[in-house]
Amino acid sequence: MKAQGIVHKYGDNVDTDVIIPARYLNTSSHQELAQHCMEDIDINFTKNVKTGDIMVAEKNFGCGSSREHAPIAIKASGISCVIASTFARIFYRNAINIGLPILECDAAAKDIKAGDEVAVDFDTGVITDITTGKTYQAEPFPPFIQEIIADGGLIRHVTK
Amino acid sequence: MGMTMSQKILAAHAGLASVKAGQLIEAKLDMVLGNDITSPVAINVFHDSKANAVFDRTKIAMVMDHFTPNKDIKAAEQCKQVREFANQYDILNFFDVGQMGIEHSLLPEKGLVGPGTLCIGADSHTCTYGALGAFSTGVGSTDMAAGMISGKTWFKVPSAIKFNLINKPASCISGKDIILHIIGKIGVDGALYRSMEFFGDGLQYLSIDDRLCIANMAIEAGAKNGIFPVDDITRAYIKDRFQGTPVEYTADEDAEYDEEYTIDLSALVPTVAFPHLPENARTVDEIGAEEVRIDQAVIGSCTNGRISDLRAAADILRGRKVAKGVRCIIIPSTQSVYLQAMHEGLMDIFIEAGAVVSTPTCGPCLGGHMGILAKGERAISTTNRNFVGRMGHVESEVYLASPAVAAASAVTGYITDPRKL
Repeated sequence: MKAQGIVHKYGDNVDTDVIIPARYLNTSSHQELAQHCMEDIDINFTKNVKTGDIMVAEKNFGCGSSREHAPIAIKASGISCVIASTFARIFYRNAINIGLPILECDAAAKDIKAGDEVAVDFDTGVITDITTGKTYQAEPFPPFIQEIIADGGLIRHVTK
Repeated sequence: MGMTMSQKILAAHAGLASVKAGQLIEAKLDMVLGNDITSPVAINVFHDSKANAVFDRTKIAMVMDHFTPNKDIKAAEQCKQVREFANQYDILNFFDVGQMGIEHSLLPEKGLVGPGTLCIGADSHTCTYGALGAFSTGVGSTDMAAGMISGKTWFKVPSAIKFNLINKPASCISGKDIILHIIGKIGVDGALYRSMEFFGDGLQYLSIDDRLCIANMAIEAGAKNGIFPVDDITRAYIKDRFQGTPVEYTADEDAEYDEEYTIDLSALVPTVAFPHLPENARTVDEIGAEEVRIDQAVIGSCTNGRISDLRAAADILRGRKVAKGVRCIIIPSTQSVYLQAMHEGLMDIFIEAGAVVSTPTCGPCLGGHMGILAKGERAISTTNRNFVGRMGHVESEVYLASPAVAAASAVTGYITDPRKL
């Protein structure tokens, strides 16, 4: 599986309250959640994001609330992959469970800039910043996790 | 090599003699929890999976606490969906308005979790029950759904950090000051993926309410769980309450810890976390007398809405008035806390001071309802998160503190050291 797109870049400790503010948690509609994704730290995100784009952030991405609405909102907004130095553990688990590809890579997370075009190969864990020509090696997911993501999440994986 | 308390509980529920950090295991669950925000997503997943039964109707808890009493039509629809599911599958521990409380106060109070319990909950503060010697951790809605269907889930066995809490804290120090101090020391990802295990002679001075508060905020340091050993204080609390059979797990002498910290409780002073991260801890000594003006004080939540929290607030508010221009909102965390506060006369103290008392709800903690902040407003709050926009407008601010500090600040209108009132 591969992804390629333009980067939306954020810093440390992006919490699930800014990914999808609680005032919108009175719905579980994926499209409605996507309409408010990131709006408290990046009001232009939903306007600028295009299908296939990539989100890059630094340490402890997705900290805070366990709301699965957060990875759902990111995925439904069209993001094909999130790269971060580290992920908060509940977000990490939720992202796999709903089929949102994520990769931990500190060097890539620090170097890659907003607006860069980046390609990701999930089989090898290689991240290529096409804009700068630099490549980075992330630990790829083992095949069973890749299968869960490719199937669109845990439930679809176990019921297919 | 020996095991930590957390590892022993996981091993026992996986049917293994021992486990080690990093190992992937599948474990049997004693309790699966959801609320009115996370359960609807889990129920959608449950239906998507074509499941037609839950693993055990007595081992699932659904608590309608976040946006209840229903704040708007959409919230009402979400609760209705959960209510109908609970009726259809005859979920024993479904708590609706009238019976419900804030989930992490309610489950220990009802005896649904206790020593040795393995619990997952679709709410990040599920880690609270470690106060009773349980392994409990927050998950998402898909994990909740899979747990409801199968009664099992997979875990990566965590490594752990050891916290030795030593000496007797001053009377103004509560569990909240201790955990804010610890998060200030190790940071919001200081315990990422790991267990926080608490030991030391200082534990004898910490009530169950203090321990619930400390374990509750383990997630704010990124931890998978926080856990306390079971002692006489725990045994007294669970007596005639815990519905299961308590199993006490102690860490092995040679259990391996990644890091070890010693916290001298006698040296702590009341502590406040400044916006916008719980790690921005400052002692009240480091805050000027009229440095931080507040518009609102919130006393409640799964962190600090228990009876001892309300007593601490009442001790400050007794015979005093909330400052002009400050809104003081007090939220007992469960119906029985509410009743107890009434019987003890705390309600009179609060209302005479000019505070409002709400029915149990998570409400303002997550910017849901019952105390939302406008642009530029500041709140001191006994809740657990002070992220950007957490309690309302993206340009509002939340300062986290103990009930005593929040009540003292409500009286003066500025963040205030309760010892100086």
